[in-house]
Amino acid sequence: MTQSTNPFRILSPTAILGYGFPETSFEEGLAQHPHAIAVDAGSIDPGPYYLGSGKSFTSQATVKRDLEWLLKACVTLDIPLLIGTAGGSGARPHVDWGLEIIKQIASEQNLSFPLATVYADIPKEKVIEAYQSGQITSLGASGELTLESIYKTTRIVAQMGSEPVLEALRQGAQVVLCGRCYDPVPFAAPAILQGRDAGLALHMGKILECAAIATIPGSGSDCILGTLYDDHFVLESLNPERRFTKTSTAAHSLYEKSNPYQLFGPGGYLDLEKVQFQEIGEGRVAVSGATFQAKQPYQIKLEGAAPVGFRTISIAGVRDPQMLQQIDTILGAIKKETLERYGGDIAIHFHVYGKNAVMGDYEPITLTQSHELGLVFEVIATTQALSEAACGYLRSRLLHYGYPHRMSTAGNLAFPFSPSDILCGITYGFTLYHLMEVADPCEFFNIQMQQVTS
Amino acid sequence: MKTIALPEITHVIRSKNCSPFEITLDILFKDTRHYYALKAHSFFSEERIAQLYQLPLSAVQSVIYFDPSLAVKINYIRAIPSGAPGDTDVYGAQQHAPLLTLMIPENLFT
Repeated sequence: MTQSTNPFRILSPTAILGYGFPETSFEEGLAQHPHAIAVDAGSIDPGPYYLGSGKSFTSQATVKRDLEWLLKACVTLDIPLLIGTAGGSGARPHVDWGLEIIKQIASEQNLSFPLATVYADIPKEKVIEAYQSGQITSLGASGELTLESIYKTTRIVAQMGSEPVLEALRQGAQVVLCGRCYDPVPFAAPAILQGRDAGLALHMGKILECAAIATIPGSGSDCILGTLYDDHFVLESLNPERRFTKTSTAAHSLYEKSNPYQLFGPGGYLDLEKVQFQEIGEGRVAVSGATFQAKQPYQIKLEGAAPVGFRTISIAGVRDPQMLQQIDTILGAIKKETLERYGGDIAIHFHVYGKNAVMGDYEPITLTQSHELGLVFEVIATTQALSEAACGYLRSRLLHYGYPHRMSTAGNLAFPFSPSDILCGITYGFTLYHLMEVADPCEFFNIQMQQVTS
Repeated sequence: MKTIALPEITHVIRSKNCSPFEITLDILFKDTRHYYALKAHSFFSEERIAQLYQLPLSAVQSVIYFDPSLAVKINYIRAIPSGAPGDTDVYGAQQHAPLLTLMIPENLFT
């Protein structure tokens, strides 16, 4: 870490587009003349529903608020703005949802700019083709893929690497709205385009994509700046109340990853064996040593979700000590009865808060000492009507169930709400989390250029 | 035998999905003495984690010691994938509790 020449600055405003940021932090970032602004807009953490349904897990209003600041800044400073994994899951409806918000802002704020959308949807027939020619492999514990699970999948996306984003920038895009994207890519691409080292740029992107989460005190809603030099990069908080430390930065290397030494992404992995963190004063940390190791064949990660049924839930509390003592037998009896009545087309799950709702079968504590329990019971069925009927039956049977030594003969459950039952609609499960070989890293990522005008 | 509770010598104990099918546990130690002693004894073995979490041994994928953070990372396979019917913790963010009561013999540090 000797050379401090040739700086390339990337502003990261917030951990997820829509999580917000203090305006003072953002303005401090702009005052440092960033070469690009980049933001991650998605995550697989909120579960399969969002990819399957095509809906965003962030709200339109908060995304619009954040985007207004970002778009105005990138037009004023004449720098690129890159958005990764639009709409939370990065499938076509998510990208189009984000595009609609951008167009609204452009019109309201009188902004014009060339924009690229980079879609990440993978046609089902292409996945089937790849599956049949043995080009799909499971990843970790995602299991063997079957044709049946591909067929029933609603939407399949893949994480794009740097290549399609670089191409969008080369074609002249100032704003790049990406579908599903490897998280560090929007942060690294502008630097890679300038011929910077991909290893350092991606490693910097890996930390920038979480914005101030890696600072002390951590926050998912504050801005940081990354400055890339020839042989290292420097991280700094744009809010004077936060700082990077060697420990906070190194600890972030572990976050949400299975292996802190090798971070796999599209086309290869980041080798972090030789990474060094160094505090350089004023809450800044310098990082060096990451290298990108390309792997052949080039693989991209597929993600897919499919409907598993319709869910209805009900929430209730239990305070009677006699009932608490017998809770397992009572729930077992009601479950059996409901299944007998509604047949094999339903699945029943009890979540017993105060007992083992958080860890389920992994809960090591077997003696429940709580004076009350919270019950969430759910029924998943092939139709919404069936799930509603079965949940209603289960709820009323439980309410008036005559267990041994019962004293509270007027009712067993305390409902906090009326209506007591909540219809949740279609519920989804992940079907694809697999690697697919591709001949060309850009092959499936469709770039569409347009001039957004006020 | 004198023992010491894991939270007394660590400043972070957390869990999170590292994929929809796997959970990762991070244990960050306060000082080099305790971290390197436990590393030398391979205290966080796959067997110990399987026992602590009542998992089959095959479900524990890896235990990785990460010196730059004085950290131990443990990966295991979820019984139910994130968000699938019957799941209890979509983000996997509250599966760390068994580590909080883990007692370590003090003689490992002498």
